[in-house]
Amino acid sequence: MTLLSARGLRKAYGRGDALVRAVDDVSLDVEPGETVAIMGPSGCGKSTLLHLLGGLDRPDAGTITLDGRQVDQLGERGLARMRRDAVGFVFQAFHLMDELTAVENVELPALLAGRSPRAARRHALELLARTGLADRARFLPSALSGGQRQRVAVARALVSDPVIVLADEPTGNLDSAATLEVLRLFDDLHAAGQTLVIVTHDSRIAATADRLITMRDGAFIDETRLTGGTSGSLARLAGLDG
Amino acid sequence: MGRPWLIARLVLRDLRHRPGQAVLMLLAITAATATLTLGLALNGVTASPYLRTQAATNGADVTASVFPSGTSGARPADLAALTPLASAAGVTAASGPFPVAFATLRADGHAVPVQAQGRDQSAAAVDQPLVTQGTWVRPGQVVLERTFARAVGVAVGGTVTLDGRPFRVAGLAVTAAVPEYPGVCYYMTCNSPAGQAEESGMGLAWLTAAGARSLATPAAPLSYVLNLRLRDPAAATAFAAAHGPVAVTGPGSPSGPALLTWQQVQDADNDLVSVAQRVLAPGSWIAIALAVASVAVLAGGRMTEQRRRVGRLKAAGGGPSLVVVILLAEHLLIALVAATAGLGAGWLVAPALSSGGTGLLGAPGLPALSPGTVGLVMAVALGVTLAATLVPAVRAARTSTVRALADAARPPRRRALLLTVSAWLPVPLLLGVRLIARRQRRAVLGAASTAVTVMGVVAVMAAHRDADVATARFNWFAGLPDPVFGRVSQVMAVLTVVLVALAAVNVIIAGWATAVDARQPSALARALGGSRGQVSAGLSVAQVLPAVPGAVLGMPLGVLLFAAANGTGQVLVPPASWLTALLLGTLTAVAVLTFIPSLMTARTAVAPLLQAETFG
Repeated sequence: MTLLSARGLRKAYGRGDALVRAVDDVSLDVEPGETVAIMGPSGCGKSTLLHLLGGLDRPDAGTITLDGRQVDQLGERGLARMRRDAVGFVFQAFHLMDELTAVENVELPALLAGRSPRAARRHALELLARTGLADRARFLPSALSGGQRQRVAVARALVSDPVIVLADEPTGNLDSAATLEVLRLFDDLHAAGQTLVIVTHDSRIAATADRLITMRDGAFIDETRLTGGTSGSLARLAGLDG
Repeated sequence: MGRPWLIARLVLRDLRHRPGQAVLMLLAITAATATLTLGLALNGVTASPYLRTQAATNGADVTASVFPSGTSGARPADLAALTPLASAAGVTAASGPFPVAFATLRADGHAVPVQAQGRDQSAAAVDQPLVTQGTWVRPGQVVLERTFARAVGVAVGGTVTLDGRPFRVAGLAVTAAVPEYPGVCYYMTCNSPAGQAEESGMGLAWLTAAGARSLATPAAPLSYVLNLRLRDPAAATAFAAAHGPVAVTGPGSPSGPALLTWQQVQDADNDLVSVAQRVLAPGSWIAIALAVASVAVLAGGRMTEQRRRVGRLKAAGGGPSLVVVILLAEHLLIALVAATAGLGAGWLVAPALSSGGTGLLGAPGLPALSPGTVGLVMAVALGVTLAATLVPAVRAARTSTVRALADAARPPRRRALLLTVSAWLPVPLLLGVRLIARRQRRAVLGAASTAVTVMGVVAVMAAHRDADVATARFNWFAGLPDPVFGRVSQVMAVLTVVLVALAAVNVIIAGWATAVDARQPSALARALGGSRGQVSAGLSVAQVLPAVPGAVLGMPLGVLLFAAANGTGQVLVPPASWLTALLLGTLTAVAVLTFIPSLMTARTAVAPLLQAETFG
């Protein structure tokens, strides 16, 4: 059964001569446990597509079904509930709260979902341990490296046990070593059956996916199923092992 | 010419680009400077109506009175003591002595004590009251002082009784020799048998000398008054000191007649205005304190909003000094315009609070604004703005260009205890408390602003309570409205409006500044599953929570302010129901006023905010 299905998605900005079709008649199916990479040049509409899929923005046309439920017609409250319970986001800019420690950042979505602070803290610590940051739980983001910050962001995306994680250029702000850290983490998630949609313009990350979709001018222009996926040597595939 | 022109262009463009904030700042400073102007402009505004009345009535420079004496007041007044005064050195004219009786006037359901002066039907050389309506005294008729007649509700042609004897009201008149109602006995020159309490609301009536004599009784014999014109009116005080106890030392002194100078009468007639000034003086400083809070929060918020603009200016070659000059010039320009508007508004409103009553001729008109007043108001406006904007401007100028271009916010403060506690709260409170924890100085400023406003309102409440208690206990004005408190109420109403308006501007500004600063955390909270309502409520909570201690603290401060301002040190706590209503009303008002900026922030699209580049 398809976990995420989008049909005929459209999103445009501006009007008249300034009209930009950010997403133009895009259809997509993502199976449970699949990792899909979306590539394309800057401004091709891949981030906009991710925002539409995650309910951060609304499409002008088209339908989106997540986990058997049509979500494009949901009201603001319904979308908030969807983001809280079903979707995890990872941003290029991390978007960690500067004044919160790593564990406080990770537990935040659980607190917003109304979970008990104790349960939220326990789960957040587990996730930090899983992402290799158990010893950094009480550190502020300013005391963490870029890779560590993004791993905290990934842990935060997982704290509500989402059915899908949407990552927008997750390594865009990272150096090679940090990129490798994050790739390993995604590899672990993939191995654990987590469904992932990763927007990137980095072919090394795309090479780790099950499927690679290429976008240009708001539309899909190519789709490739990658047999290697993340089952091979990640560092070699990503070209990071020198 | 290049640099000033560039600065002017950048300043004007930015003001045009963000008119809303400029208007809010303009309003805050205008309200404060208008209040200050009002307080300063009332200095001496009644001088010209008094002098006009004095000229029109051949007003006395000094009046001398003698009263009955003895424990029961049964010993007749020493009329002979007045005789030498009429021919004393420096006296150029005199009228009287006129007999004065103290009686009870009844009219329109009121029973009011009056000082009834017996006068000739012909005009007196000194102090001939000017009849403004009707005719001068005739047998069986009475002329009433104009302010008093209006307070009692008596018109020409009506009938009043004096100690039970009917008199037709022949006319209404004004005089400069006796303070107008309710200050007839301002200097206790009445010595009425009823005592001081009734003298507070005593009226003035003229009737024929025979009519006045007929009101005297063995228990309350006549008093006498002599009106004197001096060669040198400015020497009235010296003359009074040389010839008898000045009236304020007490009536009926065995050492001689009680003398009252024209300057004392003028001061008494100025009572309504001076009481307004006494209220406006602390009020205008409270308004200025609120304006400081407004400008500080607004300047901080504008700097937050202009981070990227600062980065662009610096990237284009502008140095830190240029950035400081531009940011300061923008705010100082607004302050200058606001101070001008405040001066104009205060000057225009002043006549409404400067009329001394109807006992003088003509209205005071628009007060003259002295260079001192203009200079002080301008200095306060510019000083307040400079104090509130200099630090944020310098801080913005010193921000690294790269950080500024990335629109990177100043790192928020971490308060571990607040963060831990907030985890146990419902989501809106959690978000609100964490926003407060990020920017505590703004929360403190919000609390201070609320405290100052509540302090002002509680002081007003205490004054009202004081008047209610005094009215119930003493009935000084025989059931008539107290004109002094009427004026105080009028001024307090103006002041309350100014304070509440300033506080409202403050809340809106603080709400907007918090919303601007919280754009990214709010967007993140929504991306992580927080609903629009929760985020919006969280932003409101961030304003309402600091208002709670502010409002609570403002209450005892208001009681203390009233005790300090009323001149007696009397501590008076308004009823608990009033204070409860004020507390709830304040918090509701804050919640309502912050709801709109909160809602606007919560409605902002999330995606663009989260696409911003991070720094570090």
